[in-house]
Amino acid sequence: MSALSRLTATETTLFFREPMSVFFALAFPPILLVILGAIPAFREPDETLGGLRVIDLYAPIIVAMAIAMFAMNGLPQQFATYREKGILRRLRTTPVKPPVMLGAQLLMSTIMSVVTMLVVLAIGRLAFDVSLPSQVPAYLVAYLLSALAMFAIGLLVASLAPSGKSAGAIGSVLFFPVLFFAGLWAPRETMNDVLRTISDFTPLGAGVQALQDAATGHWPDLLHVAVMLGWTIVAGGLAARYFRWE
Amino acid sequence: MAIIEVDDLVKRYGDHTAVNGVSFAVEQGEIFGILGPNGAGKTTTVECVEGLRTPDGGAIRVCGIDPRRDTDELRQLLGAQLQESELPDKLKVGEAMELYSSFYRAPVDWRELIDALGLTDKLGTQFRRLSGGQKQRLSIALALVGNPKVAVLDELTTGLDPQARRDAWDLIEDIRDRGVTIVLVTHFMEEAERLCDRLAVIDSGRLVALDTPAGLVATVDDRQRIRFRPSAPIDHALLAALPEVTAVERAGGQLIVTGTGNLLLAVTTELARNEVVAGDLRVEQTSLDDAFVALTGRKIDA
Repeated sequence: MSALSRLTATETTLFFREPMSVFFALAFPPILLVILGAIPAFREPDETLGGLRVIDLYAPIIVAMAIAMFAMNGLPQQFATYREKGILRRLRTTPVKPPVMLGAQLLMSTIMSVVTMLVVLAIGRLAFDVSLPSQVPAYLVAYLLSALAMFAIGLLVASLAPSGKSAGAIGSVLFFPVLFFAGLWAPRETMNDVLRTISDFTPLGAGVQALQDAATGHWPDLLHVAVMLGWTIVAGGLAARYFRWE
Repeated sequence: MAIIEVDDLVKRYGDHTAVNGVSFAVEQGEIFGILGPNGAGKTTTVECVEGLRTPDGGAIRVCGIDPRRDTDELRQLLGAQLQESELPDKLKVGEAMELYSSFYRAPVDWRELIDALGLTDKLGTQFRRLSGGQKQRLSIALALVGNPKVAVLDELTTGLDPQARRDAWDLIEDIRDRGVTIVLVTHFMEEAERLCDRLAVIDSGRLVALDTPAGLVATVDDRQRIRFRPSAPIDHALLAALPEVTAVERAGGQLIVTGTGNLLLAVTTELARNEVVAGDLRVEQTSLDDAFVALTGRKIDA
């Protein structure tokens, strides 16, 4: 096995040895969808939402939340802890290069969050009749861009935080505003113009809208694509700039 | 031929010069010790050799490679065991070995290595459940799994109990017997004396001595002291007249004879000639500790 696939497999094994992380990252998003879907009013078409149901709006929000779980809670804490404990230092004495190390973490997070996305889409479709994305390529592009932007921010937190604990704390603090603007508490359709404009410029505000557009058969808005790419480049660049082995 | 050459190495952190013009060469197949008190610049020196830090001056070659320029090749040739370096808590011993052997071009058979290190029954144990000694042995295994020509072991036995420390020493000799050149960073005199073929003594960023442990002791002082209880009275003048003897004193029922060279043989021969038996005979030699104090002006752990 190559170093990248072996590292990815090892990180995945380690992920499954943390029951709390597994619960919040993999099980919590589908459970939240089921809870929301269990509310009868959320399953009624709403004229003010253009004939969509609340549950239709929540499917992409929960998919975005699954990304945020990995990007804000998993990745920064894991990486900063690895640095704090000298695990990165030890890896540095081996032929493994930083991009491979980062790549393994990102690959694992991406695979796991894609699995969660598929579960959320399947439950939405089977239990609550939420239509599957009608523009699959557009949906995948929107998903990938959202994930990249969020992972870049997570890595930036990991690079800047002095310890594993502080990385976890910063990640949790960022988690809430990011998901607020993604519409977790009030979907973008119900936000006022000011909030929605702010939301357009946040990584998951843009991400959720792009996923929503793709779900209903449209390609993402250029603004949202630009916002997600912008976050990826800026946060990713700063993360690389401030990356430390120890 | 030297496998590691360090020539006039300088490393500064801000205005603090951690390493100030250190030079030495490590020969293939030896156990080379770097001895000094905490903060002397030992770790900084080996981190430059390992390519983890960029020197501010001087040149380093490891197997002819510049560690900063051809880092990829260096990583294949040099195994490093670092101070305070852990593994993920829940990673199992076998998983760690599989993972680390996937990093190298031509790894050794890690099962055989783990067996030699006595960790075979711990293959399924998570890192957090290992004892200090087991963690250190795993750390050595990870440093050796890439089949390196050189292994740098930094404060390997710090924090180990005396038995685990002795086990680690046996292990280091085994590794050398496999043909790996070893650089051992330590601040334990006993360890340096017992294991190292040659020693570099570093203090305040400078190389203060470079020799075999016996050579270091000899350059400082070859004075010896013999204590014994004579079975019959003997004239002090007979002993004092020997060329090797510098002083004879009485302390209770014991005689203390101080001198140089082959003192023991000279004294015991003289005693035998006078039909005196030396009871409770003890020879006290200058130790590496004494040598260190003479070289640096202080004790290593002060």
